[in-house]
Amino acid sequence: MPKKESSFNRMGSKISIYLILILFVILFAFPFYYVFVLASQKGTNMYVNPPHILLNKYYFENIGKLFDAIPFGLHFLNSVMIGVFATLGTSFFCTMGGFALAKYDFKGKKIIFTFMVGTIAIPTFLNLVPFFRMMTAFGWYDTWLPLIIPGMANAFGIFMMTQFLEDAIPTDLLAAARIDGLSEFGILMRIVFPLAKSSLAIIMIVTFVGKWNDLIGPLVFLSTPEKLPIPPALTRFYNNMDGDKGALMAGNTLAILPLAVVFAIFSKQIISGLTAGSIKG
Amino acid sequence: MKLVKSRLFVNSGKLAPYIFISPFIISFLVFGLYPMGYSITMSFWKWTAGGPQEFRGFDNFVKLLTSDPYFKLSLWNSFVLMIFGSGLQHLFAIPLAIILDDKSIKGRDFFKLTFFLPYITSVVSIVLIFSQLYDENYGWLNYIIVNVLGQDKVRWVTESVPIKTSISIMLNWQFIGWNTLIYLAGLQSIDESLYEAAEIDGATKIQQVFSITLPLLKPVIFFTLTLSIIGGFQIFEQPFVLLGGYEKMGGPGNAGLTSAFYLMATGFSYGRYGKASAIAWLMFIVVIVMNILHKKIVHSDE
Repeated sequence: MPKKESSFNRMGSKISIYLILILFVILFAFPFYYVFVLASQKGTNMYVNPPHILLNKYYFENIGKLFDAIPFGLHFLNSVMIGVFATLGTSFFCTMGGFALAKYDFKGKKIIFTFMVGTIAIPTFLNLVPFFRMMTAFGWYDTWLPLIIPGMANAFGIFMMTQFLEDAIPTDLLAAARIDGLSEFGILMRIVFPLAKSSLAIIMIVTFVGKWNDLIGPLVFLSTPEKLPIPPALTRFYNNMDGDKGALMAGNTLAILPLAVVFAIFSKQIISGLTAGSIKG
Repeated sequence: MKLVKSRLFVNSGKLAPYIFISPFIISFLVFGLYPMGYSITMSFWKWTAGGPQEFRGFDNFVKLLTSDPYFKLSLWNSFVLMIFGSGLQHLFAIPLAIILDDKSIKGRDFFKLTFFLPYITSVVSIVLIFSQLYDENYGWLNYIIVNVLGQDKVRWVTESVPIKTSISIMLNWQFIGWNTLIYLAGLQSIDESLYEAAEIDGATKIQQVFSITLPLLKPVIFFTLTLSIIGGFQIFEQPFVLLGGYEKMGGPGNAGLTSAFYLMATGFSYGRYGKASAIAWLMFIVVIVMNILHKKIVHSDE
């Protein structure tokens, strides 16, 4: 094959590859742009042909309407609180459990580890009904506790932290700390947590994103509208709506924005956290 | 007193790992194993919001499999969505990962970020946006279909096949990027020298993909497909939000009534816990059987 043609071909295939990538960027990014298009239209003027494609000036008016229609500030705060409590609890207990499995040799460790990995595969739906009955019996129904407590020492989080801590904590350092008279719990608090910062960031973000986006948990365990986080609150608003979608879409932008900002800052950690745990296994 | 004692225990070193892992053990026993047993028990009873009423043996299971019209339909719906919603996306994700694995592509991080963004967006947010795109008279999709392609309007949320299509589109949109990044992580573990050797032997890029990349990616493909089978059978939020909640039971003709949706409606809208538990176990068995078949198919290849 003449060299000229081959380099010409190569350039052609490069261009088509970029075109494919850009096509997918448009496909994946368009809905995020479009939600702002919808949120910035006058609510009464939502249904037109051709449909809206450009941003308009009614965004803040729609935000105002949203806050008049539902206590969105409260739902936002609920989402933040559920997310923060779950994240703090989960990162503590998963780091602790992961530390045990990564850095200690003890009887039954292999069994516990195998067993733990096995439980990751159990689908959520299998236990949901009895779990709901239990939460009711505990007096936890219509509180945030079922959304926060049961998932704190979860198998996936501990598995992930086990993988991370194996590399992140030098075993020599632990031995040195013991010689210095630090208790095992002291080691956990003063050595493991500070050294595990980057893996902690991953598990915190993974947990927070999961809680922020969860619909099934609040749908099953909460009934008082004022206690709802954003996803079920928006679903309710959508189902009870009389056609003015401007306020709904404005609320939707506020549901998406915080995660998009967090994502922009921590994208590397998020991506490695959400994909690495699965590959290493 | 209690504090001193526990400190002693922790100090003794040998007990420390057991104490550290105990929250998992306790929460697994209380929130995992116990409900599982509870759920098996419930599935053999007529058990409603008031409590157990009557031992029914295998009645719940038999009825679901023979006379219940919704359950079989829901299995079919779940199966279709699993193929076109959860399965189809791999045909996009694998080529995208192979493209992005090429280090000479500029802006790889930007592409990765954009592809991944849908995955961290809530299903509710996604459905609210897409429902506007799916609007029969004023949505972009039908505008393009009618005015650009000159075809008839598609009834995205009111007819059986279009309902499954619209749910599948959202699933593909949300998870292609995530699968792409999983495959990308898998590709990075493939030894570069294999490609160099192939190049010396005069293999084209396409030949390299089929003779090196795909065979070596097989374990990752097996893993992601397993996840897709498990996840595909748990689809609930998309039809629930898109098609108007429990009351609509998955829209016209129950086209969006997945098994998970039927379970949720039976348990939490109708309060029939025994029947709902039986649905859960049947779903679990179906998923296990499909994964066994999947494994068999993969191994028969070798």
